[in-house]
Amino acid sequence: MRKADSTHQSDIVARVALRRGENAAAILEISGRWLRDARIEPVERILTELEAQSVKRLTIRPDGLEAWDSRLPCYLLKIADYCVAKAIELDIGALPQGVRDLLALARAVPERSGARRHQERASLLVNIGTRVLGLIKDSRLLIVFVGELILAVWAALRGRARFRLLDLFIFVQDAGPNGFAIVSLISLLVGLILAFVGALQLAMFGAQIYIADLVALGTVREMGPLMTAIIMSGRTGAAYAAQLGTMNVNSEIDALKTMGISPMAFLVIPRMLALVLMMPLLTLYADLMGIVGGAAVSYGAFDVSLIQYYHEIAKAVDIADVAVGFCKSLVFAVLIAIAGCMRGMACGRSASAVGDAATAAVVDSIVYIVVSDSLITLVLNQLKI
Amino acid sequence: MTAAHITVEHLTMAYGDFVIQRDLNFTIGRGEVFIVMGGSGCGKSTLLKHLIGLQQPAKGEVFYDKQNFWSADAEQRLQVMRRIGVLYQSGALFSSLTLAENIALPLGEFTALTKAEIADMVSYKLALVGLAGFEDYYPAEISGGMQKRAGLARAMALDPEILFFDEPSAGLDPVSARLLDDLIISLRDTLGTTIVAVTHELASIFAIGTDSVFLDSDSKTMLATGNPKQLLAESEDPRIIQFLTRGQGRGGR
Ligand SMILES: Nc1ncnc2c1ncn2[C@@H]1O[C@H](COP(=O)(O)OP(=O)(O)O)[C@@H](O)[C@H]1O
Ligand SMILES: [Mg+2]
Repeated sequence: MRKADSTHQSDIVARVALRRGENAAAILEISGRWLRDARIEPVERILTELEAQSVKRLTIRPDGLEAWDSRLPCYLLKIADYCVAKAIELDIGALPQGVRDLLALARAVPERSGARRHQERASLLVNIGTRVLGLIKDSRLLIVFVGELILAVWAALRGRARFRLLDLFIFVQDAGPNGFAIVSLISLLVGLILAFVGALQLAMFGAQIYIADLVALGTVREMGPLMTAIIMSGRTGAAYAAQLGTMNVNSEIDALKTMGISPMAFLVIPRMLALVLMMPLLTLYADLMGIVGGAAVSYGAFDVSLIQYYHEIAKAVDIADVAVGFCKSLVFAVLIAIAGCMRGMACGRSASAVGDAATAAVVDSIVYIVVSDSLITLVLNQLKI
Repeated sequence: MTAAHITVEHLTMAYGDFVIQRDLNFTIGRGEVFIVMGGSGCGKSTLLKHLIGLQQPAKGEVFYDKQNFWSADAEQRLQVMRRIGVLYQSGALFSSLTLAENIALPLGEFTALTKAEIADMVSYKLALVGLAGFEDYYPAEISGGMQKRAGLARAMALDPEILFFDEPSAGLDPVSARLLDDLIISLRDTLGTTIVAVTHELASIFAIGTDSVFLDSDSKTMLATGNPKQLLAESEDPRIIQFLTRGQGRGGR
């Protein structure tokens, strides 16, 4: 990127000179070439001089003005504004017609009162306060969103669904089959890692066969649902936030509302439904891949035969474990959809706001996922399931 | 007739195989206010895209002065593009920058002005389009018409030699539209800026236009070129008369 110099290198010179007249009058003489790259004395110096001499009448006169562009009216506008503020009588009759026209145009629409904003630097305390208020606002947003969502789900359950089936298919395609590759890769590797870390310890006691238990239980109950959820929050949750955020920027969500179509029913429900349908399937698939990863390690590096591995798993994992993982993935699906859609709908109206919404959606859903996972595990532990 | 600033020769425009307009020939003179007219969807915005370097012609040439715009290398084309300013149909302001930052961006990139000088220039340009005091607003916080005017302030930031407008007065109230016309005339008269404007506003067309081209979507080519007032007075083509009289015919009103 080219950076503008703070000191002008150009030799194009534009000059101003303030001459005192009688009776608090003064003449400002303008000469030289007032072009874009010209070196021009800061206007503030002229203003302080006017102030110091308590000038009451100012005449601006060209005196050897060779060429000019926007720099000249820009400069004179500041002086003219100053004159108005200080009730100085200003005569610009001698200036070229074009300059006078541009000045007149610049002042044709007076500044709307109250329009200008003043930025103040907030103190630390104010910043902390603003943050806390922001948190409160966020949680209220979440509560309202969940409430509306429940109403919309209720309406949908009673057969008043108002979304297009085609949309649902597209979202299902996107959340399910299109996510296959990344889920395969990650869960296979997680299975490998789990097996490897556990096996090194277990092998010290000659208990390699228990790798199967470790991998199978760890994957089916925890890692399968968790890894799938984290992948999907980055893949799909962020995409939802960006889609809805962009729609919000273009007033598309407003358009839906004014048509009497609930954005909740039309936009959020199909997305959530797609995730709820696909996440459990992806999770079961991820479980399988994790177990395959474990098998590769135990068979390849620790001399456990595949038959042994299979029997050990069949002994260790019962249907309740699979059900736990399945239910977790349902919960995560809802949480990811809520985080993504809520951030998208609450998105500001700029390009960077869409980016922020996508980021916030991923951060939110990961927090929701991990917190809810801990809670579920704690409860199940108490219930001894 | 003034010296030619932009010359279009045998220009055919297409999206893929879908031809929008074919065989356009016209000249835009230096310091003219050149109007591009035609019904909705006939390819006016597309024509602007060809002139400002966003879309390559399917056939034909665009010349800036004597330089062939599209056969020049990328660096030369960039040089030409630096000398033009564009007001897009939707404003196209950078949504995450304030109005002041939007206008300051080209000034900071391509001039050696100091920060204070840039701030003054930003205020001046905003004042010219009637937005004094709106420096610290984000585009989403102002109305559509104001966005249009802010877009114009950004287009004029570098005092370009040629200004392109895509429907500048759409979405403006009559008074603002009139001030915009005045501004266009002043820019032309004071800085010698060549203006190329797509517009439907008959009032503006006759008030500021000194030359024009009329595109037609049925025959997919231009029907006429020349001063709009003269076209209204002399044209034999009913489609042009219809357009220039709001469908009332020459005797109407
Ligand atoms: N990106 C695009 N791809 C394909 N066709 C386009 C595209 N943009 C515009 N068109 C078509 O080109 C034609 C002219 O569009 P445009 O130049 O925007 O019209 P207008 O004269 O109203 O500005 C229209 O028929 C439109 O459908
Ligand atoms: Mg258009």
